[in-house]
Parts: sequence; C-alpha cells; structure tokens
Amino acid sequence: MALYSEKVMDHFRNPRNVGVIEDADGVGEVGNAKCGDIMKIYLKIKNDIIEDVKFETFGCGSAIASSSMATELIKGKPVSQALELTNKAVVEALDGLPAHKLHCSVLAEEAIKAALKDYYDKNGIEYDHKLFPDCESCGHCCGV
Amino acid sequence: MNGSDGCRRIYVDNAATTKMSQTAIHAMLPYMDGIYGNPSSLHSEGQRASEALVNARERIARCLGCMAREITFTSGGSEADNQAIVSAARLGEKKGKKHIISTAFEHHAVLHTLEKLKKEGFDITLLDVHENGLITAKQVEDAIRPETCLVTVMYANNEIGTIQPIAEIGAVCRQKGVLFHTDAVQAAGHLPIDVQKQNIDMLSLSAHKFHGPKGIGVLYAKKGILLTNLIEGGAQERGNRAGTENIPAIMGLAAALEEACAHIDENAQKLIRLRDKLIAGLSEIPHSILNGDAKRRLPGNVNFCFEGIEGESLLLLLDDKGICASSGSACTSGSLDPSHVLLAIGRVHDIAHGSLRLSLSEENTEEEIDDIVKAVKEVVEYLRGISPIWRDLVSGKKEFIIK
Repeated sequence: MALYSEKVMDHFRNPRNVGVIEDADGVGEVGNAKCGDIMKIYLKIKNDIIEDVKFETFGCGSAIASSSMATELIKGKPVSQALELTNKAVVEALDGLPAHKLHCSVLAEEAIKAALKDYYDKNGIEYDHKLFPDCESCGHCCGV
Repeated sequence: MNGSDGCRRIYVDNAATTKMSQTAIHAMLPYMDGIYGNPSSLHSEGQRASEALVNARERIARCLGCMAREITFTSGGSEADNQAIVSAARLGEKKGKKHIISTAFEHHAVLHTLEKLKKEGFDITLLDVHENGLITAKQVEDAIRPETCLVTVMYANNEIGTIQPIAEIGAVCRQKGVLFHTDAVQAAGHLPIDVQKQNIDMLSLSAHKFHGPKGIGVLYAKKGILLTNLIEGGAQERGNRAGTENIPAIMGLAAALEEACAHIDENAQKLIRLRDKLIAGLSEIPHSILNGDAKRRLPGNVNFCFEGIEGESLLLLLDDKGICASSGSACTSGSLDPSHVLLAIGRVHDIAHGSLRLSLSEENTEEEIDDIVKAVKEVVEYLRGISPIWRDLVSGKKEFIIK
C-alpha cells in the first residue's frame, strides 16, 4: 500500500488555494522550521464570510495536502463554521493520514484558528480565548 | 529502467539497495532447486552444498585479502556490526577494558549497539566528524586510553559518502594494541579493501549494496579474535553463528563481490565522472550546499541540502518525475529529528530537513544526470514558491543559513 491515499496525493500534487493575499484580514502562521513544517494561512473576510483563503506551506506531502484540504473546507463558509473545523475533519476529507502524520492535520486546524484569531484581534472583536488552544496541544514538536 | 506503467524510471538510491546483477542471480539459482542440501548433512546432496559453501568462503576471502576461516556469514551488515562490537566488548571487559571509540555519524547498527553497551557501564567516545565528514588518525590516537578495547569507524558514510582514512586508523590501532572494526557496508565492492594492509581486525559488509541479494552479509574477524554468539543453536560458522547457512544467498554474495571487485577501478572512474557532473549541476541551485567532502567521498554519492524546502515533498515530486532518491528529512523517517549524520556535520535542523541523497550505480548515464539536474531544479523552485520560509528569506525578513 502506498504511504498516502489518492486524495492526499491529489491535494499534494495539485494544491488548492496556494498563494498569498496581500491585503488579508487575518494571517496565521504555525509550526517552525526546526521541526520541518510551517503553515501560513491568509483570510479575506467579508460580512462574516470567508470570501477567499490562501496558504503557503513548508513541509512534507501530508502537510501540503492538509493545508490545501483545510482551505477548501472553510472557503465560502461563515467564520463561526471555520472556527469549528477540526483536524479530524481534515483527515476524513483526505481519506486518512498515516498515524505519524496526524500532526500535519492538527497544524492545519491551528493555522486556520491562528488566522481567525488575528482577524478578531485586528478588528477588536470579542471572543472566547478557550476557542484557541496553544500549539502544544498537537503533541508535535512545539513542546519538545 | 521502466516502471510498472512503462514510464522511464531513474534509480539513484543505490546506497539504500541495489538491483541484483544477472551474475548474482544466476549464481544463486542452482542452489534453490538442484543443490538444495543442508551443508551439515552427511549425504551427497548435503556435501555438494558444503563444497559450495567452502568455495564461496574462499572467493570472498580473496576479495578482502584474508583467510577463508576468518569469514563468518551473517544476515547482513547490521548483524555483522552488532556481533563485531559485542565480541570486542566482551573480550575487553574480561581484561577490565571498557572504553570504545567511534564516530558521531555511524550507522544506527553501530550507534545503537554502543548505546546498549553504555547502559552496561561502557564508556563511549564519539569523535567529531567535522563539517567535511572526515576524521583523522590523530583524533583516534589522541582518544585511545589504556582501557580502550575497540575502535569502530565506518569505512564510508551511508548518507554523505565520506571515506575515512582507514589504513591510517588501522595503523594507529595496531600500534596501540587496540582492536579495530570498520563498518564497510557502503565501501565493499566500491572501494579497494585489503584487511591485512589496512590493519583491519574486523569488518562488516552486506551483499545487497553491491548488486547481491538481501539478507546476507559477512563479518570478517582476524584469526584469534573470539566472537560472541548473537544467535545460539547449531555449530554452523565454526560455532559463531547458528542457523542453517543460506547457501543461495551466499553464492549470490560471492559472485556479486567478485564481479564488483573485478571492475572496481573502471566503475569508480565512470561513477566519479557522473557524480561530479551531478554535483556541478545541483550546485547551480541558489542557497544549496553539498554535504560531505567534495573529493573524499564514494564514487556514486551525492548529498545536498536545499534551504527553504522539506525533503519528503521533494522526494514525492521527484518520484512523480520518475526519479528514485532519498532524504535525511525527519518526515521520511517518522521521527522528529532529521538525519543524525547531517546534524553531526553541523547542519542545523532547518536545513537538514531539506536534504537529498542521490546514490548512483554503474547503470546510470550522462543523460540521466541531465534529467535529474533539470528535475531537481524544477521541484526545488516549485516548493520554494509555496514555502513561507522561502518568502521570508527572499524578502529579507529572515537570514539565509546557506549563503
């Protein structure tokens, strides 16, 4: 069996929403180069709807595919729905990830949350801080 | 070479394993259905297998410059490394000598065995391999103490290909009366070996690195060195390694080693030309760096770090372009840390993740080298284009590590 599902390979080979939004309403960056993966998400939000989303990723195949899938899952959705995106939903949409690559989906969820938090902060919108767990929860390398 | 879908494939992962040669395959076949006896059996079928075993052992000994009785067959390089080190440790501790010298970038078969011995109370010195991936005999000499029982230094590194001054280290060890083992898994069949001239007391090799079969290796141990068994059972291999001998694999190993040694100079000449062409081509990629000394490296080894990208993505996209390579990235190993070899030569995590190893064989061509250079350039440029790190580097927000 191949390492990755066809879905993962499709999103890795043809990533959706790659790029930058220069006048983004929210930007989130998580991960670090020492661990080998960084994800950056750019959001364009209008009337509480995610009008556009772009990403840049430094990382392995599953990191790129997870970012691509996560952006697809929130594009055109209300902010409240985007906030509910879980890494589990990203994994399911990708038809699964190998166990040692699950942290990539967590990183994708966190990158989107970080961008939304940035949007809230920039616009002075009140929010529940518990919605944004720190990155140690992914159990990857930030806490190491 | 063609893949299952008929597309052209370029195999440049020969340090991982090699394609078996026709010579090796044909040497094995008669011992699968014709001469299939157990060499320990008294009947004619068994004795014919026993004769083959004697013959193979003699031929292998000639390739290494040792005696047939100094050859022990093992399941491969890892077992040979384990047995060599454990044997030297057991001999040492009987005399109260519990210090072992090695290097920071040995294969895990060596490093993990040393870690096990450390837990038993052995003192382990791992020598610095410097940025060029080379140690000196002087470093070994300075590290030797009265209680040193073993020096184990790999002949050539499996990731960055650097070749250690084995004969000089051997001379130091002989003069100091310390056992010297070398893991020659990457060197055997590719670099000349003469255990007597080089003062090597123990040496490990593995057949599948020189177009032989997998699952078979050799531990050479100089006459008089008492080996410790890792596998208990029958009296095969002069009582040093139990288990019915894998005669087909042993015949394949002998044939592959003889063939490789017979062509060692012409193969090296050809490979060095291809290697240097590949190094020159990849050096054109900005913010890239060759890992390991440019000249004192295996004829077929090329290893680079590219800043701003990650190795697994690079491998997957190269695979799509028909190129089989390998990387020292953490993501390819399933661990959090990138290659211990790249860290040992001082590459920081950030760039060690973006490493690429291309290990050539005699079957590769100039045209393939051109194709590889073109493909790597394209893939590196593409991945840098979607990398937030690269954006920060180019915009000056972060400083380049590789200038």
